[in-house]
Amino acid sequence: MRFLPFSFFTLAALPLMATELPEPYQEAIETMKAVRNEGAGNEAAAEAWKQVIQGDAGMVVPLLEAMGDANGLASNWLVSAAQAVVDRELGNGNALPLDAIGAFLMDTRQDPDARRLAFEIIERVDPDTAAKLVPGMLSDPSNALRRDAVAGLLAQGKALRDGEKAAGASILYRQALGAARDIDQVEEASKALRELNQEVNLPEHFGFLMHWSVIGPFDNTDRKGFDTVFPPENEIDLDATYDGKGSKVSWSTLTSTDDYGMVDVNKAYGELKEVTAYTYTEYESPTDQPAELRLGCKNAWKIWVNGALIFGRDEYHRGMRIDQYKLPVSLKKGKNTILVKVCQNEQTEDWTVQWQFQLRVCDATGTALLASNRPPSPVADKTPNNS
Amino acid sequence: MKPIILLALLTLPFNAHANQWLQFRGPSGSGYTDAALPTEPKVAWELDLPGKGLSSPIVVGDKVFVTASSGPNQDRLHVFCFQAADGANVWERQFWSTGRTMCHDKTAVAAPSPVSDGKRILALFSSNDLFCLDLEGNLLWLRGLTSDYPNASNSLGLASSPVIADGVFIAHVENDSESFAAGISLENGKNLWKKPRTKRANWTSPLVVKAADGKELVALQGSEGVDVVHPATGEVAWRYGEGASTIPSSAVDAEGNLYIPSNGLTAVKAGADGGAEQLWRVGSMRPGTASPLVNDATDRIYVITNANVLSCGDLTDGKRLWRMRLEGPFGACPVANDTHLYACNEKGLVQVIALGEDKGEVVGTLELGEMIQCTPAVSADGVFVRSNGKLWKLQ
Repeated sequence: MRFLPFSFFTLAALPLMATELPEPYQEAIETMKAVRNEGAGNEAAAEAWKQVIQGDAGMVVPLLEAMGDANGLASNWLVSAAQAVVDRELGNGNALPLDAIGAFLMDTRQDPDARRLAFEIIERVDPDTAAKLVPGMLSDPSNALRRDAVAGLLAQGKALRDGEKAAGASILYRQALGAARDIDQVEEASKALRELNQEVNLPEHFGFLMHWSVIGPFDNTDRKGFDTVFPPENEIDLDATYDGKGSKVSWSTLTSTDDYGMVDVNKAYGELKEVTAYTYTEYESPTDQPAELRLGCKNAWKIWVNGALIFGRDEYHRGMRIDQYKLPVSLKKGKNTILVKVCQNEQTEDWTVQWQFQLRVCDATGTALLASNRPPSPVADKTPNNS
Repeated sequence: MKPIILLALLTLPFNAHANQWLQFRGPSGSGYTDAALPTEPKVAWELDLPGKGLSSPIVVGDKVFVTASSGPNQDRLHVFCFQAADGANVWERQFWSTGRTMCHDKTAVAAPSPVSDGKRILALFSSNDLFCLDLEGNLLWLRGLTSDYPNASNSLGLASSPVIADGVFIAHVENDSESFAAGISLENGKNLWKKPRTKRANWTSPLVVKAADGKELVALQGSEGVDVVHPATGEVAWRYGEGASTIPSSAVDAEGNLYIPSNGLTAVKAGADGGAEQLWRVGSMRPGTASPLVNDATDRIYVITNANVLSCGDLTDGKRLWRMRLEGPFGACPVANDTHLYACNEKGLVQVIALGEDKGEVVGTLELGEMIQCTPAVSADGVFVRSNGKLWKLQ
């Protein structure tokens, strides 16, 4: 079995070069990448899939590389082909090009999911080496890779805490929290830190938007408010007054003090039914940048960024969680406006009282992107409210 | 040709393939098997599965196929092929979800059961990712139905198990936002048709129904009732419009009569005017989470209520013949042959009930020690049951 030591130097300054393949294989990969929605390209992709899995182990890295600019559907063609080649080669007792797979893994510009698969291939063949790689992935842009490193720190922190070495435990938990992106790991680290009397600012860690202006209630009888265009969808005038549901309505402030950024519209208007409200905030971006708005909401909702509708969903009270919806957006340098429409329906069960959402701004890995105009986080409730 | 042989051939698709359990609730779609069921089951083999899943295994010849999801966000999707004889892993394919993976803690991304036409495996997940593979694991086509239709999802999770009818894959994706049913080509994964459905969350599964002319139809159950549609076009052949459950699915008999969880339990057949003709209705035979089971051979229907009571009814008039209390609760649907019924509860207890004329009796039990929510699959030489982390073969 071939094995060469991995190089840990950064590749960020180098151009992203694809491994060269004989033309038929390269064409086959491009065919799989051409798959689109509603089954477009499936038939050609199936032929291409059968072709590439006939290739030797040298196919693995090119297939992983191709995931970099492939859509999710195409990535599933590619990843399943790579896995088929790996399974066959290992089943036949053949070696894999672990040096090339390792180099791919170390290249942080490559697709995060593909790099995770590369790690798992190495782990399958050489678990000792894979284990040695884990601590070095604490700041990896692939959350799927850094997770294992965070888990290691959390375990070490717990061991120190169990050994009554509080200072050391706090340091490790703090490092774990800084790297953690998955909610379960964030919760574990922050809970331990607070129990060790350490300050934790979860709204800032996640990048939750805490300060809003709110206007409502508007009508949502028979759930028609979701598609009704009320004045805030046409203009944002925080001094304006409009006809609302049963009364004149105007903008007021609504600030979340929740650890997990829950914006509770009921706090503004009471527990109303068949109503709609709008919340508005401004986000100063230090630069033009891609970002994700990540929303949790169990009410029907729509979101506009800089006046453009990003997405909307008319589902009520089927559950919510952090990062329930991931909405890619392009932020411009300077002021960006964010408008959220949140609708409450007619249900009267006790589990349908909530009229709320949580919204954060982050990059594709879940790392918070804090606005340059972000106010200090309000004093946070200590009780998680993300169920 | 002797009449008895002709009859056997006519019923071939439903009951004759003892080594085929190609879909959720088996060949009939209603939980009936003509295979022998071990009355004192023991574990023949067990193996570990990754992550989570409550989809049923399916059996195609000497292979058993299972789906699962794994990862902190349950976004790694697995399709496994095992040797039915010894549980050896024949192949595994992994994918990443392209749709939403959020669901209630009691369900999973791998909730819909896979389905097969005997040549292909079609694995649908709650994320609306759909993969078609041949029996050797070659990927034939795929779809991302939430990628296609971005609001087609349910934050509690989707669970409708698809069927294949008249050579068409039927996806039934009902939710509060973007509901639809679609007929999808087995050859290339493209839509043959797509129809909007009621905007209401729904976890029931379609059923293949025999029409009077012998052709296959598909029953789509939802909160408003049941639409029985032509699989090639999605056009409604007949409709029952008096409401139906959104959790337990209907059962069907060989004549195409439907037994619908509606106002208790309602038996209907196709009416003359595109409607449904009621055969009987029994309010006390209300199914809980588990769907009713129909046995054409003995003219019996079985229902497990939310109070964990197993009721046996006469298929011809719905009259309850006997009932008994089981140890529940039940998320899994029962399976049965002519003499015995398997009921797997959520505590991991497999209960084997001898089905008498005037009573039922628990004659065998097996403690599997893990939460069981899947409906068992049955082959000629065993029963397959899975939990989140295990797959068992019982003999």
